[in-house]
Amino acid sequence: MISLTRRSWLTLAVMALLAVLPPVFYLTGNPYYLDLATRLAILAIAAVSLNLILGYGGLVSFGHAAFVGLGAYAVGIPAHHWLYGGLDFLATTSGLVQIPLAVAVCALFALVTGAICLRTKGVYFIMITMAFAQMIYYLIVSIEEYGGDDGLVIDTRSELPVVNLDNPLHLFGLSYVALVVAMLLVRMIVRSRFGMVLQGAKGNPERMVTLGFNVYAYRLTAYVISGAMSGFAGALLGNFTTFISPEMMDWSRSGELMFMVILGGAATTLGPVLGAIVFIVAEEALSSFTIYWHLPFGLMLMAVVLFARGGLMGMLRGRGEDRE
Amino acid sequence: MSVVLDIAGLNKSFGGIKATDDLNLSVEAGELHAVIGPNGAGKTTLISQLCGTQTPDSGRIRFKGRDITGMKPYARAHLGITRSFQITSLILEMSVIDNIALAVQARDGHSFRFIRAARKIAPLRREAMALLQRVGLADKAELPTGALSHGEHRHMEIAIALGAQADLMLLDEPMAGLGIEESAEMVTLLRDLKGKHSILLIEHDMDAVFALADRISVLVYGHIIATGTPDEIRSNDAVQHAYLGEE
Amino acid sequence: MDFSLLIIQALNGVQLGLLLFLVASGLTLVFGILDFVNLAHGSLYMMGAFICASLTFLFGSFVLAVLVALPLTGVLGFLVERFVARPLYDRDHLDQVLGTFGLILVLDTLAHLIWGPAGIAVPLPGWLQGQIAMSETLVIPTFRLVIIGAGLGAAAGLFWLVNHTRLGMLIRAGASNRTMVSALGIDIQTLFALVFALGAMLAGLAGMLIAPITEASIGMGNNIIITAFVVIIVGGIGSMKGAFIAALMIGLIDTMGRSFLDDLFKLFMSSDAAENSAPAVSAMLIYIIMALVLSLRPQGLFPPRTR
Repeated sequence: MISLTRRSWLTLAVMALLAVLPPVFYLTGNPYYLDLATRLAILAIAAVSLNLILGYGGLVSFGHAAFVGLGAYAVGIPAHHWLYGGLDFLATTSGLVQIPLAVAVCALFALVTGAICLRTKGVYFIMITMAFAQMIYYLIVSIEEYGGDDGLVIDTRSELPVVNLDNPLHLFGLSYVALVVAMLLVRMIVRSRFGMVLQGAKGNPERMVTLGFNVYAYRLTAYVISGAMSGFAGALLGNFTTFISPEMMDWSRSGELMFMVILGGAATTLGPVLGAIVFIVAEEALSSFTIYWHLPFGLMLMAVVLFARGGLMGMLRGRGEDRE
Repeated sequence: MSVVLDIAGLNKSFGGIKATDDLNLSVEAGELHAVIGPNGAGKTTLISQLCGTQTPDSGRIRFKGRDITGMKPYARAHLGITRSFQITSLILEMSVIDNIALAVQARDGHSFRFIRAARKIAPLRREAMALLQRVGLADKAELPTGALSHGEHRHMEIAIALGAQADLMLLDEPMAGLGIEESAEMVTLLRDLKGKHSILLIEHDMDAVFALADRISVLVYGHIIATGTPDEIRSNDAVQHAYLGEE
Repeated sequence: MDFSLLIIQALNGVQLGLLLFLVASGLTLVFGILDFVNLAHGSLYMMGAFICASLTFLFGSFVLAVLVALPLTGVLGFLVERFVARPLYDRDHLDQVLGTFGLILVLDTLAHLIWGPAGIAVPLPGWLQGQIAMSETLVIPTFRLVIIGAGLGAAAGLFWLVNHTRLGMLIRAGASNRTMVSALGIDIQTLFALVFALGAMLAGLAGMLIAPITEASIGMGNNIIITAFVVIIVGGIGSMKGAFIAALMIGLIDTMGRSFLDDLFKLFMSSDAAENSAPAVSAMLIYIIMALVLSLRPQGLFPPRTR
């Protein structure tokens, strides 16, 4: 009881601060911090979705940035055609088309690649998810119409009812609400019967198969859910940056998402969000200090892997407290 | 009595070495059929083929009259075959009751159910608790599985096999690594299951096998050299020579 | 289709394949024997290129620079093994991946600090700069042939080392049975460090060979490492023979795809459609091949026998 509330309180406190502080900064003349928080919330959605398969499912996917990038291009490409013509059936600025498109494209990509990746295990899985992400990277690079290497400017943000994404407060609000929904969704899934099977398969796949679970099908489903959620995050990211490029899906981006999950604490509700906060704040602080910020950053990453097992949530777990 | 499991002419080789050699074996309903044999006789390979993690080179496996030779492991489990593992194979990160509840959950068909929290589904928990009571682990239900002893893990394996309510239980050396006292407890537990379930028991512990089995098959170099009641096996010359004779 | 262009592209493909093999062989050695995933292997390739570039200017000789840079990258590999890899041997692959990901950031930034943000072109001596005319239309740069020769030489040396020397015997034994090697009284830590250093030297050599063509640049390793992953996935992780065959296959397919796929497409679709779709398909070609191989053989073409 007490152990559970301590974590829950922390989660509530962090999420409340994240809801209140950025708009306050914005309204008091510091719009920069609202931007930072919006980017943070969006990347946190991707980290939360990665946590479903990485943390709870034990599937080390090193290609999650591809879903984020695909989601962003699902906003950018229709907007591009709306402005410059061509592919009329796709040309639109309506978010009600673009966002479902982002989710659907990513779900489909997850289904096709997941069906292949999940036939393999361990280090093969890591490398293959990485390779498929790189495939999408090179695909986008090769399409000159969408800017290739140089990327694509989104001239018009997604048009949605009620919220106006040109308004930074609205964009932050949408991203924040989406983050909370994503957290609750993953929490619900992992606690459900499906989630128990997914976690059981992480601990002992042979046992789960012997019990009669088609582990492959459960993992593939989780992979598709996770990919689709990251696609949604990508659609938001496209609207936030209004400039998208293949660089968004570089494998170092995927590595950063993984790092957020591990840093904060895999297989916890708040962990990925906490990881995203620390990651982005550290990135901002270090990069304003030196152009060589990747050096301390890389050292920090190595230190976390070597010495801080269980991530921040693991450290916060007091002595004698039960697991979640 | 009806035949639950029928194995006919099973063969499996690994790089020229015959691990299973024209193996014939049957388990009748409600029977406890034990398979004994020296190390390297091919007992584990037999279990793997029955569960579907290895495919035989030739031969047929029929379960309740149905050919399951090429069927996927999880599909066999759905038909009603369950197994325990020789090397304890539990989900150590989960609590004891969660491990058992998953076995109960597995019986419900699929688990593509995303909304309700599994730990709050009363029938699942109730049945899991009842199974833990049956193997004497009710008071440890909420502990992490990793915190239990080897003997307690063996009992969990049995509870999981029971939870599947399978028509056939394959028990792969349930006594492995148990002390004298723990073995005695396990024999008591298995005697309690006898008659209520069809069991194929693979076991090293001769005392346990002769105390429990309805029929015993002796496996040597992948081939069954004799099948019969414990008394028949005890007095069988070929068995004496090949296996028991050295004792 | 132009026949001499075909030959030139085939040679380019072989060249790419051999460079890929040099990188992939180290990866597959380290993974097969140490069960360690080294994402930073590409950074060793980059360091090889930079070290060689600096030494070329110092000595005024590319060949001498390569000869000195090789042991230096070996030492670098030794250091990486001691301080990053060794503490991670007992961890799961996730920790290894993240730890070496951090190492990439560190090595890339160190290269940035030492050599600056721009790439460094590596000058070749005159006798390597020329071209060899095979026929009137077929002209091949000498250095490409040197790369192919050096790549083949290194590959042959590696096969000899693994299959016909005491060290190779230990490596092969270590891959399948670690305890046995320890029981033989071999210091397994030293063996691991040697294997790691050997892998670093092979990757470094690839970097040195490519530097005069593309110049040494930051992040150059991060592109080749994924392709090297594709190579060892297709070949079967841990298999040297698989890495060699898959590397040549991937090198040829990638190069040929980029040059001739549009011509091929034109055979059965309109010229416009072919021009538009060929670049996209050729960009994905090796990954499609990888997916095909995996759906038929999830362990790759030459799966290691045990593990």
